[in-house]
Formats: sequence, C-alpha cells, structure tokens
Amino acid sequence: MPSVCLYLHTHQPWRLRKYSVFDIGKEKHYFDDEQNLKYLNRIVRKSYIPTNEILLNLIKETNGRFKVSFSITGVVLEQFEKYAPEVIESFQRLVDTGSVEIVSETYYHSLAYLFSEEEFKRQIELHYKKVKGIFGCKPKVFRNTELMYNNNIAKIVESMGYEAIMAEGVDRILDWRSPNFVYRPKGAKRIKLLLKNYRLSDDIAFRFSNRDWSGWPLSAEKFAGWVSEVNGNGECVNLFMDYETFGEHQWQETGIFEFLKIMPWRILDNPDNNFMTPSEVARAYESRGELDYERITSWADTERDLSAWTGNKMQQAAIHELYSLEKAVIASCNQELISIWRKLQISDHFYYMCTKWFSDGDVHKYFNPYENPYDAFINFMNIIKDLKLRLNLSAGKLESVPELNV
Amino acid sequence: MKIKALIFGWEFPPYNVGGLGVACKGLTYALCGFGVEIIFVLPKKMDVSADYMKIVFADAVMMKCTAINSLLLAYDTLNSYEESYRNNPLAAKYGRNLFEEVDFYGQKAYHIIKREKFDIIHAHDWLTIPAALLAKKMTAKPLVLHIHATEFDRSGDNGANPDVYEIEKRGMDAADVIIAVSNFTKNKIIKYYGIDPAKIRVVHNAAEDVSQSLGDTSILEDVYRLKAIGKKIVLYLGRITLHKGPDYFIRAAKLVLDRDPDVIFIVAGSGDMEHKIIELAAELGISGNMIFTGFLREEKLVKVYRAADLYVMPSVSEPFGITALEAMNYNTPVLVSRQSGVSEVITHALKVDFWDIQEMANKMLAVLEHRALAETLKENGWHDLEKISWKNSAQAVVNIYKELIK
Repeated sequence: MPSVCLYLHTHQPWRLRKYSVFDIGKEKHYFDDEQNLKYLNRIVRKSYIPTNEILLNLIKETNGRFKVSFSITGVVLEQFEKYAPEVIESFQRLVDTGSVEIVSETYYHSLAYLFSEEEFKRQIELHYKKVKGIFGCKPKVFRNTELMYNNNIAKIVESMGYEAIMAEGVDRILDWRSPNFVYRPKGAKRIKLLLKNYRLSDDIAFRFSNRDWSGWPLSAEKFAGWVSEVNGNGECVNLFMDYETFGEHQWQETGIFEFLKIMPWRILDNPDNNFMTPSEVARAYESRGELDYERITSWADTERDLSAWTGNKMQQAAIHELYSLEKAVIASCNQELISIWRKLQISDHFYYMCTKWFSDGDVHKYFNPYENPYDAFINFMNIIKDLKLRLNLSAGKLESVPELNV
Repeated sequence: MKIKALIFGWEFPPYNVGGLGVACKGLTYALCGFGVEIIFVLPKKMDVSADYMKIVFADAVMMKCTAINSLLLAYDTLNSYEESYRNNPLAAKYGRNLFEEVDFYGQKAYHIIKREKFDIIHAHDWLTIPAALLAKKMTAKPLVLHIHATEFDRSGDNGANPDVYEIEKRGMDAADVIIAVSNFTKNKIIKYYGIDPAKIRVVHNAAEDVSQSLGDTSILEDVYRLKAIGKKIVLYLGRITLHKGPDYFIRAAKLVLDRDPDVIFIVAGSGDMEHKIIELAAELGISGNMIFTGFLREEKLVKVYRAADLYVMPSVSEPFGITALEAMNYNTPVLVSRQSGVSEVITHALKVDFWDIQEMANKMLAVLEHRALAETLKENGWHDLEKISWKNSAQAVVNIYKELIK
C-alpha cells in the first residue's frame, strides 16, 4: 500500500547587484531588482503558472484523490507579492481545495541552523507567520534548506511543535533499510521522519529528459509501475523535488507537463496506491524504527552533504563574516538592516561561490548571475563591508537585544 | 612513419624576450615526445642547445660560428628596432631594418632547405614567413603557419604596419593550415586577414612544468624584506608596451593605493613605454610604491613570481599570455584581462576588461584583503593546470601534421 507523497520545493533568491569596493559607503541598495524581476517573470511563465494549473485540474478531476504539498520560501513569496501576485492567488486556490499541504521551512532559505540556533528558530517562526497570513493554514511538517538534516535539527523542530520532518534517504545511513517507511529520529519523542526516495524522485527531477538514461523515455505508465513495485515492502513513496523541475529544469519540450498530467492517474489505476500529504503520511503510518543521522546530510549532489555551500575557504569566510554580525544587527533594531542581513543569508549567495566542478564547466549554472565563484565572493564581501559600516553608524541607539523581529 | 618537421623559429630560451621562445621550446620538446624529428632553424647563431632536436642557424651556413649580439627581438615593432639600431649600429650586422633581417633569414634558409630532408614545414610568426614560403616553393611540402601574435596585437587595431601585414597575409594565404594560439587570435585572423575559418585550428599554449624547482621557495631578498614588514606585492610581468596595457595597471594601482597604502607594485620587464610608465607613476604620486626591475630571467623571474600576492596581466590584446600560467604554476593568484587567449583556458582566475580600471582595482583589493579568496584561487588553480599541458598541445599539432602529410 504505498502512499505517494509528492512535495515540491519553491524558491527564488534575491540576487545581489554588482557591488564594487567603490560603492562602499555610497550605495545602499544591494539587490539586482532588474535581474530578479527578469528571472522571476521567466519562471512564473515557464513553470509556476502552467504547473499550478495542471495540479489544480488534477485535484478537481480526481475529486481530491490526488494530493500535493509545497514549501514556498519567504523570499519567493515576497517576490510573488511584489512582481507576480497572480501566482500567490493560484497557490491559494490550490490550498483551498483541501488536498494541498504547505510545509514549513526557514523564511530565508538559509543555513542558519549551522551558525545560529536562535536565528534558525526565528526564521522558522517568520515563515510560519507568513504562510499563515497568506494561506490561513498552520504548517505541521518541517523541511530545512536543501533538506539539511541531523538528529539535533529533529529535536529542535519537535520542541517547536512539528509532527514530522523531511530528510534525504541517504544510503550510508539507511544501510539495509528502505526509505519507503516512516522512521523516528534518534533522541526524539514523537516527531516522525519522512525520507526522500531519491531514486524515484531523481528519475523525474534529474533524469526525465536524459537520453543516455536506460529509463528514457519515462512514461507515466512506466513510472507508476515502479511505484507499484513498492507494494509489499514499503508504505510510502516520498517524491521530494524542486518545484522548478516542471517547466524549468525540465523544459516543456521534454514532455514533462504531459507526464505530470497523466502520472497521478496511472498511479491511482492501482487500487493499492493513493496520494497523501506529508502530515497524512506521518499520521497514517507507525515508525518502523529509529534512525541515527549524527552528521548533517542534505539532498545535494552525490555526496549528500553541504560542501556546495560551505566547502571552500571563501564560503566559510563569507558565512563567518555574515553571522558574526548577528548581535549587532539584531541590537540595531533597524528593520531595514535586519531584513538585509537576513536576505544575505539566502543560501544561494554561498552556492554561487562553489568551486567544486567549476573547471569542468559546472552543472550548477542555473540562474547564476556571476561569471565565476570568485566574483560572487568579492561582491558579497563588499556588501558585507558596507553593511558593517551602516551598523556602526546606527549603533548606540539601543542597548538591549529585542526578543523577536518581524 | 616518423614525421620530420622543419621548424622556423626566431628566438629560443634563454635568448628570448617573450612568449614566442618559451612556446617554441615547450612545444618542440613535447613534439619529440611523440616521435617527431625536428630540425629547428634560428636566424642567427645563438648559444642555445636542446639535446632532443637538431638546431641549425641560418647565418652559420655562410659565416663562422660566432655568437652575435643580435638586436632582434621577436616582438619588436619597427620603431623600437630602429631605435636600438641607432644605439648600437655595430650589432646589426645584416641590415638597417627589421625587414632586411627578415629577408636575410629567408635567403640564408635556402641552403638548409636544400640540405635537409623533411615532411612538413612549420613556421612561427611573421618573421619566419619569407623563409617558410621559400621552403614551400622549393619542396612543395605542406606548410603550417603558427600565429602567436598578429601585427594588430603588436601595434593596436589602428596602427598596423602595412608591410608587416603584407607578409603575414601572404603567409596565411599560402599556409595549408594556420594554428592560432587562441580563439581570440583566430577571430583576429578571420576579421583582419579574411582567412577561411576552416583553415584555422586553435591550439592553446601551455606552461612548462616547474615541479622540479618547487623545492626552492625563496623569493627576491629585497621583496622579502618588504613582505616582512607587511607590504603586499602586486606583479606586472611582461614587456612594457602598448598592447600589454601597463598604463591601465598603473592607473588601477593608484586606485588601490588610495584605499590601501601597504601595497607595492612591481613592474618587471622593459620596453618602449618604460619611460612613459615611470612618468605616469610619478604624475599620479605613487612612485614610492612602485618597483621597476627591468627584464628578469630564470632564477630572479621565479623568485618574483613567488613573492607576488597577485599577478596581473592587464593586456589590451594578448594572443595567449603564457605568463599567467607560469604565475599559477608558482602558486600565485592571477588577474587577467578578458582580452587574452589564456582567459579561454583558465577558470580559477579573476578576469576583467582591460579598460575597466575600477573593476581591476576592485579585484586587486579583494585578493589583497581576503586571504580566503587568495587561497581558494591557489588551491584550485591546479585543476586548470592539469588540463593545460604542452603534451596535449603537441598531440593536436601532430594530428595536424598527419592530416597534411597523408
């Protein structure tokens, strides 16, 4: 009886403008409005609008038997509000069907857990409020940036009241076990662990249009057959992927939209299968054992680690510099500076500094505004310098650290 | 079948003033590794040797084997040639101007062409073209013309000498294949000489392996003293001439020093713009932070590369730019202009448009300030160097030989 849990992660960063050392102390605007608008328009047109339409039709035509869940970062919600309010409306229509669940995450798509537990929690709360405000619902399931996960993250999130948390089904940790069951994080009491089935997820997200792949072309029938094979040795199939898989990572020309339109029907053809949202999976199935994720894992690359964000010295220096400002920024009580500091935490800024495979032509060119990782670092550090300057200027206004900031 | 190549060169280390001699040495050595038998022709007797190939001197056919204090510099413009001729008329034994020298080379090559047996003719740059054309006329063997620089690189896009252009054009038209050292150069050959792109192949240069000398990490003593008191070193190394962009370097240096006075700029090289550049530095009030070393060789060259915190190649027009690879070989971060061939093959380097002195200064300041940036550049530079070798270049040349000989 596999319950299919389709979860789409939705995010676009606030990209930074070209910021030279000669701008420091003069230029206060750090973001590239023009580029951000351009990229957003493109992806709204190519992905968000057509995909949401397909999903809404599926829910209606299956009488709510098809279900889907999203996490939508605070920063992409901000961009929708500013540049594409029609996308917010289309997500609202989906949520109103009752077959859609919104998953919680850090508002700023940040790596905050690694550097400041306090900030991590604040960003989860900010996101929670934002989601509640826009969609009127209260998320019960949490996913961290890039599916970053360990035992301790589960513990923190449990203490905040979440029922389930998502993670990558990492082979080296699962060992002989299957990702197609619900587990319990080590050291946790009630919170449940949902693991991504990376083979089936990546068949869609990464391999769908790869003609060198033995599974190509991937038909809805074929894929539904693979899902049904889980019958008898699994209870859930968690298909976790980037929303942008539909229409951007896999272009319309690949047939991805046709696949999405039919695949749920073929899965539902087998009466043993159904669709569930993450919290439904967590409630429907008992934990089949405890899993020990001592070290941080993620859903990225073959290493399933964070080396694409924190692997080189530039990334480490930039992140260190950014989080060293935490106290001063919060203490400034200056909402503008706090918001800027948080936007600088968007993990994409550090991803652009990644040097892994860069000399091989890199696989991660997706909407990257920089010619190379070094330019990304230089730009970021110049902005940090200006921010520091502004912090010193506005220091002394307030001495106590406020509790929570919106 | 063993390929015998008659190669016309103009200079050879240690009697070289630029990249041409270095490239000829690196390439011929690697060609021998592929079993190519080489007769390497130089215009005049020089005290050079290479045990892997036969070197013959055009003048030695007629004259006694006396070493001649030649005025010939491979990258000379006619003006600078005539200037040195005025200063030292005795040294120019063979003619008043560079054209007579080039013609003389062509005439004297006659006896070599008649005497030697070979399958292919390979000529390096315009100075060797008359000799190569004679060889082709006498033997009808295929001609490969290797372009390291065009007249437009040497003199700027507007001031090309029509007589030099004429020789280059004749050589290019007659050549069976033209090898360009970069796409940058290939495009110039197409644009300015109207050559069919199908006839042009790009074979990038490489840098000599320096692994033997890596044990010695000493640097120039004077520079070492400066570093000991906290000065940072930025290096310009190359001829001081228009197309190398030394004036842009000096202007960027001024911008850097306005923000960070603890930087020393070393200009290593000589050339027709030397006085102008020294005057410019004085005018900008930065002479105290400049060191002009003159032309450096071997041990001193290595030591200055090692001493530098950053190597800058600000060329206005650089067909290749081997020095950037040399600097990377000595583990020094590099900043190169995008108007260079080498920028096509290195990824772990900073890049800038030569005219954008603000951006040049922005990047210089970043490397000097952020250790993490310098170290990430150094750590990753090897990934580029691994792929760029004379062996790979020689393989491409051998393939061209085979294609023409069959």
